[in-house]
Amino acid sequence: MKNMKKMNKMTRDNLITYLMVFVLFLVMQILVSSGNVSSLLQGLLVPLCAYIILAVSLNLTVGILGELSLGHAGFMCVGAFTSAFFSKCMVNTIPIAGVRYFLALLIGAAAAGICGILVGIPVLRLKGDYLAIVTLAFGEIIKNIMNILFIGRDSAGFHFSTTDARALGLLEDGEIIINGPQGITGTPKDSTFAVGVILIFVTLFIVLNLIHSRSGRAIMSIRDNRIAAESVGINITKYKLMAFSVSAALAGVAGVIYAHNLANLMAQPKNFGYNMSIMILVFVVLGGIGNIRGSVIAAIILTLLPELLRGLNDYRMLIYAVVFIAMMLFNWSPKAIAWREKYAAKLKRGKKKEV
Amino acid sequence: MSFISYLINGISLGSVYAIIALGYTMVYGIAKMLNFAHGDVIMIGAYVVMTAVTGMGLPPAAAILIAVIFCTVLGIVIESVAYRPLLNAASSLAVLITAIGVSYLLQNIALLVFGANTISFPNVLSIPALSLAGGELTITGEAFITIVSCIVIMIALTLFIHKSKAGQAMLAVSEDKGAAQLMGINVNGTIALTFAIGSALAAIAGVLLCSAYPTLTPYTGAMPGIKAFVAAVFGGIGSIPGAFIGGLLLGIIEVFGKAYISSQMADAIVFGVLILILIVKPTGILGKNIQEKV
Amino acid sequence: MRFKKAVSAALAAAMSLTLLAGCGSGGQQNSQGSSSGGETFKIGGIGPVTGSAAVYGEAVKNGAELAVKEINEAGGINGVQIEFNYQDDENDAEKAVNAYNTLKDWGMQMLLGTVTSGPCVSVGEVAQADNIFMLTPSGTAVDCVKYDNAFRVCFSDPMQGLESAKYIGENNLATKVAAIYDSSDVYSTGIYNAFAEEAENQNFEIVAAEAFTGESKSDFSVQIQKAKDAGAELVFLPFYYSEASLVLKQAAGMNYSPIFFGCDGMDGILAVEGFDASLANDLIFLSPFTPTSEDEAIQKFVKDYESAYGGTPNQFAADAYDGIYAIKAALEKAEAASDMSPSDLCEAMKTAMTEVTIDGVTAKDLTWEASGEPSKAPMVVKIADGDYAVVE
Repeated sequence: MKNMKKMNKMTRDNLITYLMVFVLFLVMQILVSSGNVSSLLQGLLVPLCAYIILAVSLNLTVGILGELSLGHAGFMCVGAFTSAFFSKCMVNTIPIAGVRYFLALLIGAAAAGICGILVGIPVLRLKGDYLAIVTLAFGEIIKNIMNILFIGRDSAGFHFSTTDARALGLLEDGEIIINGPQGITGTPKDSTFAVGVILIFVTLFIVLNLIHSRSGRAIMSIRDNRIAAESVGINITKYKLMAFSVSAALAGVAGVIYAHNLANLMAQPKNFGYNMSIMILVFVVLGGIGNIRGSVIAAIILTLLPELLRGLNDYRMLIYAVVFIAMMLFNWSPKAIAWREKYAAKLKRGKKKEV
Repeated sequence: MSFISYLINGISLGSVYAIIALGYTMVYGIAKMLNFAHGDVIMIGAYVVMTAVTGMGLPPAAAILIAVIFCTVLGIVIESVAYRPLLNAASSLAVLITAIGVSYLLQNIALLVFGANTISFPNVLSIPALSLAGGELTITGEAFITIVSCIVIMIALTLFIHKSKAGQAMLAVSEDKGAAQLMGINVNGTIALTFAIGSALAAIAGVLLCSAYPTLTPYTGAMPGIKAFVAAVFGGIGSIPGAFIGGLLLGIIEVFGKAYISSQMADAIVFGVLILILIVKPTGILGKNIQEKV
Repeated sequence: MRFKKAVSAALAAAMSLTLLAGCGSGGQQNSQGSSSGGETFKIGGIGPVTGSAAVYGEAVKNGAELAVKEINEAGGINGVQIEFNYQDDENDAEKAVNAYNTLKDWGMQMLLGTVTSGPCVSVGEVAQADNIFMLTPSGTAVDCVKYDNAFRVCFSDPMQGLESAKYIGENNLATKVAAIYDSSDVYSTGIYNAFAEEAENQNFEIVAAEAFTGESKSDFSVQIQKAKDAGAELVFLPFYYSEASLVLKQAAGMNYSPIFFGCDGMDGILAVEGFDASLANDLIFLSPFTPTSEDEAIQKFVKDYESAYGGTPNQFAADAYDGIYAIKAALEKAEAASDMSPSDLCEAMKTAMTEVTIDGVTAKDLTWEASGEPSKAPMVVKIADGDYAVVE
């Protein structure tokens, strides 16, 4: 009986999350179609979808599995580059954007998921900050490789090089697809807000279902006490890898959205370096570790905040940093939490009196 | 001959990583937090020295002293405003994220105060380069000083932690905060002291970093900070000799990777070797392997 | 659980506030744009003013603002004043598109930007879709001016690599050449690739080609050592002056003194505060702009810039300054009115841009081709006794 009640509460909780995303989507759609949204916000809709997916997927590693990852942008990078590569090659072969985009999504997710398994193997031996370093290292390796990779295509097939574009030795009819630090230019702009929201739903569905499944409970038991979990016969290797690769594959999906939203894809410190990994971690921690809905909200706030502060000109990033620290203190400091709870209780009492 | 010369270059680069890593690992060992703002405190320290030397015309020794005092105060302020409220937060990640916020804040303050222009750091350590083998090999004065300071600081820190009362208190706090408090140790004071020392080290590291590689921008501290973090983990985070060894090794691997494998892939090689070593030795080179119990 | 809820509630409240603020300010800006449209020309600018590329974006901002101020004081364009709005892109493609959209909400009619190549390509794509005229002061990558609505003030990457190789070959500066370049940077690799390609046609040989990355750009000892071991008499440095100042210092520390040869990114090396200018003696580089030139217009520009912002202007500031004047010339040529829509203006500017000639600080008789490239030849500058000197 008690269990039933708990399950219901979880279902309700999940429904609220789905509903929140849906309402947000509807509101934005209505505003967009009635022309009430600034170009800025309209342009931010697709990146927002990517960031929400990144935050939710990283929460799986950090909040549910309980491991610190500083390389989430690396998986995003893998997803972005493989899918953009595919789309660019296939832009003439598969003219229907929907089909091409769907295949690109599968490829991006699969490639990132495989990388997740590869990185997951050392994970099995490492803990805490050592694992964080390995993931950080992975992200930097991916970025470094993408910067020196040259791939071209001509009638004779594909050509690879890691030195420069000339070493490809392309024929007259050839074209360079990945051009070192210039990355991939001319990826079709297939990402739309509607598709992004559908992918958010898919992500939420996968993650929330995983959490509330048998596997999810096994993963959480590893987080709470690895040795105890092992002693009751939970296969730690399997569940850790499962969480890690699902998280990576979803980051790959976010990468696909990202890559198909901009005209050119480059692996820069800003978008695929450790800075980005840390930024995603910030979404997760600010929104509450293990709290999926919180991740969604935090991703939205922190993506919009620097854009809304543009009016401050030179002081923009300074104020952003101050607000950021203040939000962290407000959300996490035990004193602030106690104060908030006291205030909330007062508010509740006040409401009851009114009634 | 070129091998030895690469080795010397690697050691010079590594010594810079090592001296930053010392501050990192010191704070981590006691407060159990990765202070991502450490690299930016280094940058602030370098700017203070630069201002004192070129702006106020002070002698280098006085400038470095001012920077050390400035950074110490800065460290204490950061700790009490941004980190202490989160000391008992539900997750240790909260304070890590706040440190990132502090890092953004320091970078943007420096950007507003000093501007984005690259500044060539004044020559505060005027030591002539050491020439060996008829000029074939040279050890720059900066590298020499950095290595010597590294060793001195390492020994001083170890002695301080193991021999002094305050050091013993730090060890106790790092072992068990609650028990330390029960034994009458001022936990908050001890952690503040740790940050003060860590930030003073950052000021010295700033001078050495910018003397070895004399360009200074508001973002100068960010990348060496991350590399030093890697070095600290490499050596076994929390271990003071480990940070030294980790830093040196990181520098040597980076230089050898560039020299003998590929200069384009330098980062990938460094991080690849790091992953390999951590797979073989999961707690770093000198890290303690703590047996877990239920 | 209660804790999580409290967090969620607080965050949700904050989010709805930010969203509302977004819509609110958006609407407001739109209405502003339409009401004030027609009274001024609205020129937008995009470049990094925070982040590690801030120094370039800052210079463009200053150079453009200086030109706008001068034009407005002299009565504007066809009697109409200019409004200039410069937005930060942090040298990130996505942020640059956000900055572009912010400017569009503000009512931008044409764009001076973006400063860096990567963001420029992304913004170029959206600007082409919106049919907004763009003139990049310093986006050097080939793809920056891919579309017919895009022009640039600076040289393109391949052009610089080609000219550098030609100059070295034709003047017999060296037979053995080493190149050090930033393999994580579009600008640097772009120049290096063209340089290496042209080197095959010239009478010198590239004996060492060493790279570095944005993550490890303080220690150049290995790259210099390799160049030295290979016996290179000339080292080609296609990157910016802040890293180049380190290369020069470290090479001096290793008793290696070949001829150093740079590109336009080298301009500004003598303006680095505290830099020992003797290290840069005999450094040769291709430059569009020399602040010490005798030319009257340049002298005036440098003087005004110094009094307004402190510090010597570099080529980024000069390119932006010329960019604004080029926009002015094209607007005057097209007899454009400030109440025209951005798209109509773009159509008019596309043709006008190819018909104007301006006497700028980066070149005399500067004209543009329909491809978007400026027709100007780089000057070869050699540093002697701590000063720039133009080599004829």
